[in-house]
Amino acid sequence: MNELVFFINNVIVAGSVTGSIYAIGAIGVTLIFSIMRFAHFAHADMMTFGTFMVLLLTLAFPGAGGAVGLPTPIVMLPLAMVLTALLAVGIDKAFYKPLRAHGVKPIVMVIASLGVTLMLQGVIRLFAGTGSQNLYLAGERKEIYRLDVPFEMAARPIIVTEPQVILFLLTIVCVVGLHLFLNRTRLGKAMRAMSDNPDLARASGINTNHIVAVTWVIAGGLAAIAGTLLSLDVTFKPDLSFFLLLPIFAAAIVGGVGHPYGAIAGGFVVGFAETLAVFNWTVLLRPVQHLFPAWLEIPRNLAFVGTEYKIVVPFFILVAILVWRPTGLFKGKVI
Amino acid sequence: MSTQHTERREDTVAAPSRFPLREIVLFGALLVAVLGVYAVMGTAYSTRMLVEAACYAILALGLTIQWGYAGQFNAGVMGFVALGGFCTMFLSVPLNDAFWATELPGELGRALLYVAAAILVVYGATKLDRLGVPKRLRTLIAIVLAVVLYLVVISMLRGVTGEIQSRAGFIGGLGLPAWSGWIVGGALAGGLGYFIGRICLGLRSDYLAIATLGIAEIIKAFLKNSDWLTRGTATVSPLPWPTPGPSTLGFTLARAAYLSLTAVMIAVIFFLLHRAYHAPWGRMIRAIRDNEISAAAMGKDINRRRLEIFVLGCILMGIGGGALASFNSIFDPNGYLPLNHTFLVLVMVILGGPGNNLGTIFGAVAVYIIWLMSEPLALFLMHGAAAIGEGWFGWEPPGNLDSRALQARVFVIGLLITLVLRFAPQGLLPEKVRHHG
Repeated sequence: MNELVFFINNVIVAGSVTGSIYAIGAIGVTLIFSIMRFAHFAHADMMTFGTFMVLLLTLAFPGAGGAVGLPTPIVMLPLAMVLTALLAVGIDKAFYKPLRAHGVKPIVMVIASLGVTLMLQGVIRLFAGTGSQNLYLAGERKEIYRLDVPFEMAARPIIVTEPQVILFLLTIVCVVGLHLFLNRTRLGKAMRAMSDNPDLARASGINTNHIVAVTWVIAGGLAAIAGTLLSLDVTFKPDLSFFLLLPIFAAAIVGGVGHPYGAIAGGFVVGFAETLAVFNWTVLLRPVQHLFPAWLEIPRNLAFVGTEYKIVVPFFILVAILVWRPTGLFKGKVI
Repeated sequence: MSTQHTERREDTVAAPSRFPLREIVLFGALLVAVLGVYAVMGTAYSTRMLVEAACYAILALGLTIQWGYAGQFNAGVMGFVALGGFCTMFLSVPLNDAFWATELPGELGRALLYVAAAILVVYGATKLDRLGVPKRLRTLIAIVLAVVLYLVVISMLRGVTGEIQSRAGFIGGLGLPAWSGWIVGGALAGGLGYFIGRICLGLRSDYLAIATLGIAEIIKAFLKNSDWLTRGTATVSPLPWPTPGPSTLGFTLARAAYLSLTAVMIAVIFFLLHRAYHAPWGRMIRAIRDNEISAAAMGKDINRRRLEIFVLGCILMGIGGGALASFNSIFDPNGYLPLNHTFLVLVMVILGGPGNNLGTIFGAVAVYIIWLMSEPLALFLMHGAAAIGEGWFGWEPPGNLDSRALQARVFVIGLLITLVLRFAPQGLLPEKVRHHG
């Protein structure tokens, strides 16, 4: 039983955590793609920027969290979301909008977003340094919940930390909120119309500039959430950019680009695939070793890839999906 | 609107016959800059700078083929450069007797044979439907076989490589001349490009950027963590030069010899590309770039041409990466950075003029000089700012000021990319499009 608890801790919990983070990130990427038709490479650095804002705000108001009984970074998150959303809109106005007005090819927008990535990286690392930092400052501690398993043979508890619980709750809130927004509000319907056919949307009186701005606000806010929760779960690392970008794109493509619900599913697919691939299967096989023939010796390390090659997993998923089903699992609108 | 047709636009009509004023001015300025660097920094340093700039020019030519000729965006130049560097290291470093004298080579060979056998078995399983097995069952069998065999083979390889690492350090090189490493590096980079191109080139252009970005990080992770093959972070040095080294000729002369070798390479590549660009093949490539649908309607095999172009660019990147690694005489997997080996090359191409080989070479040398000179400048500015902050406001500068100051260059590169795309998408020396009639 201990092995099963180990499996739950290392795969189910960890996979849900990474899956949620990738899902929130991939929603932003896929929304930008469906409205503006380009792969936004600066998304991972927008996440880092949001986290950096949380870090600064936490440094500025260290005791704010104690008053409400939540970690200070979580209390500061809404403000950081607003700041990141403003940054996203500002970046669009300064760098993407002129290019769009010129009617450039989507690939030029991709290169421009790589330029924006570098600018954000430069600014963040100039001020935050390149080392990793803990978001839990001022004596706050990560709450750890140990859930005892109601079985005789299980000695170890299932471990869930406070930021992970908050992450699950926030993911559900984001998904439900996005669903209601896209299906029930006027603005959400206009967004879907524009993603279906921008010219027709414009012709029927939808203010496309407005929709673009709203998309950036949503993408920026979600990026801040994803980045902050990732950093709360581990630490704030300013140089994570390209390592986050690949799984997020893989998630968006697996779900079908331009398909928000697909992006959520894709995020969990990629997250679980990563944790399953680095999990050492020997742990699960050892208790049942007596069932195998004697000549079959189970090696000590039976993980598919080492943790240092984790980035291979999203790439492999990306390649597989591009080969077999380029439209994604849920048939994205555009490829 | 109607005036547009009657007006003869000078930049498009009969452009090649005009006096190359812009080229002469720009290259003159570049010459002055190079001479200035020679005067200030000394000959040995400046020659080193020129050799590195020449290696970067080869990389930039590779990227200008992909981006300028065909409009394919490769965001993972670093991966192909690192692959070229690795091949050069592997082929040119002397033999490691601690490895070859033991039974380890045999074991490694056996493990590799098992890998080959496993691949063959899985490949055979994917063809089972020819024998009448239903397709779904075939897919299931193939996937299960692949997973099981992969686990068997990978644990075998882990055993052998761990043994090599603990007993011999790393497997060493093959002791061949450096140029053979460049050729193999180019071939391997081309093969990888073929693999990526086959998957991505038929799809949206964004996917190629995502996939190349990913493969570059994977190659770096592999080279960094395979201590048995590359010594990982411990780095391998010295790598032999194809020309007489500094110990026989002295720094300046040896570097000058290396520079002439790279210059000859650039000249050959430039000549061949020039011929290809003006040949019917080059016209076809540009037609595909400018209007894919009409090119397809003319019966051109678009995906095949795209694959050719992509592989050709990757080969050049592999060769350039090999030349760079040989010259630095050290193979350090951690030294391959997206900024230095992908985005710097990108800036060289889009600033110099994508699709214009001369412009690309100009961009490579000019940007590399600016890049090198910006390092002391950034440090100087940052220390100045820190001193002012300390003196006037009592601000205490953080400890890692130098590593932070260099991040300012990242910002400048990013800003440069966005500004060039916005205001000078053609680059300083635009591609000359010849219009007939």
